[in-house]
Amino acid sequence: MDNLLYLYIFTLAAFTGYEVISRVPVILHTPLMSGSNFVHGVVLVGAMVALGAADANDPLQLAIGFFAVFLGAANAAGGYVVTERMLAMFKPRAKAGDGK
Amino acid sequence: MTVFIQASYFAAAVLFILGLKAMASPVTARRGIQWGGIGMVLATLVTFATPGMQNVGLMLVAIVLGGGLAAYLGRVVRMTDMPQMVAIYNGMGGGAAAAIAALEFARGHVHGTTATILAVLGALIGSVAFSGSCVAFAKLQGLMKKAFRLPAQNAVNLALALAVLGLAIRIVAGGFPLGSDLIVFFVLSLVLGVVLTTPIGGADMPVVISLLNAFTGLAVGFEGYVLGNPALVIAGIVVGASGTLLTQLMAKAMNRPIANVIFTPISGAAQGGAAVSGTMKEASAMDAAAMMRFAQKVIIVPGYGMAVAGAQHKVWEMARLLQEAGVEVKFAIHPVAGRMPGHMNVLLAEAGVPYEMIFDLEEINEEFATADVALVIGANDVVNPAARTDKSSPIYGMPILNVDQAQNVIVNKRGKGAGYSGIENALFYGENTRLLYGSAQQAIADVIADIKTLQG
Repeated sequence: MDNLLYLYIFTLAAFTGYEVISRVPVILHTPLMSGSNFVHGVVLVGAMVALGAADANDPLQLAIGFFAVFLGAANAAGGYVVTERMLAMFKPRAKAGDGK
Repeated sequence: MTVFIQASYFAAAVLFILGLKAMASPVTARRGIQWGGIGMVLATLVTFATPGMQNVGLMLVAIVLGGGLAAYLGRVVRMTDMPQMVAIYNGMGGGAAAAIAALEFARGHVHGTTATILAVLGALIGSVAFSGSCVAFAKLQGLMKKAFRLPAQNAVNLALALAVLGLAIRIVAGGFPLGSDLIVFFVLSLVLGVVLTTPIGGADMPVVISLLNAFTGLAVGFEGYVLGNPALVIAGIVVGASGTLLTQLMAKAMNRPIANVIFTPISGAAQGGAAVSGTMKEASAMDAAAMMRFAQKVIIVPGYGMAVAGAQHKVWEMARLLQEAGVEVKFAIHPVAGRMPGHMNVLLAEAGVPYEMIFDLEEINEEFATADVALVIGANDVVNPAARTDKSSPIYGMPILNVDQAQNVIVNKRGKGAGYSGIENALFYGENTRLLYGSAQQAIADVIADIKTLQG
């Protein structure tokens, strides 16, 4: 049953992802790629859970866990900053007569 | 407490989807990323409350170091360098997913066939995304020159892929994986990512980054199953699906099936294309200024060369001068101008060019025939008429901007070399084409000065 539930989640999430992006203007393709890059930064949460359960006396586990959290945090934070910077340029209306 | 954590994960997943949805429109895009940000902070914070959480100190150090470094670099990097930043952050996500799999195996915590299959698949895909993205980053950053093809590249790729898959099956079938098997598996997966991306170059790079982005999404989703964390599954699979679609859209815009991008990359001028003969005619800044100042309609085609020179502000200044003089000015953007689709739009928006002046390939291609001047700034392959006419050209069939149909064409380029993909461009030798040499920044500044003198 549990696996069937996950199958539902997988399928519905896949349709959602497809639907969400299907009507995007070309100008937003790059920010959107960057935005979805940020969204999979949620891998940070998984890395935290994994490190949180790692054996504190096993240096190998700690090292891998540290690496995972480090990379996950970089993905999330970097992805956010880069996307936000790109989108900051898309103001709803361009400032008319903006001097320089 | 667990209910609270699960509810927060659910809320985060909803925020991610709504955020992505909002990012699909220019009006709400900024709100979208902010919603996503709130979701991420929420999900991260409640994770600390997970029962039995250990190693919190180490975790905090990793978050502060990784997050801080990435946020700082993301803030200071130049707008033109954005594509490689997306690539490298994406690679880190893939690496994190692979590392999660490694840790779960090291803990002996992967039980059941489904979990093992997904853990192994996630590890494979994540590793490929990690090393592949590093290669993509190195290429875009200019650390690694051009495309490099091994002899019998496809055979090497296939052999490596089969070896990795064979090991994966052995790990899954073995139930309890051996440490040595796992190490070889990870190493081979990483090597696979490198050999897959190394031969790919030129205009195919955006497609690869997008594909690797989708890969990372899948890897994250799979590891989410292994950890029993629905937030990871939903976010990962949503990205996997949307990333796949986005990759298809990009590949279509270039008329390059994804399989071709990976298995028969364009590599260098040697591969084909009829030799181009004729002479290139030079134009001075004054010639260009006069042609545009007294034109009815000017269409500007910006390319990566403009972005590299950081000339978008100058170009916009010139466009406004022309508008003030009563010239109709439009910007035409090829879907893959720059290093990623939409990259050029971002750069023009940064300079303050309103959307109303920016047109897609389909919207504007008919208009070149009625334009007096088409000004090409640092673009090459996307305006190469060989894509329409020359069957032997590696870019044959790619939709291009029909710049050659304009009355006059002015091409600004740095020197006489071929484009990023190394293909000669017949446009430059055209009867109605004049070349304005110099870096975009300087050349356009000169044109602006000359337009001003013409206005008296």
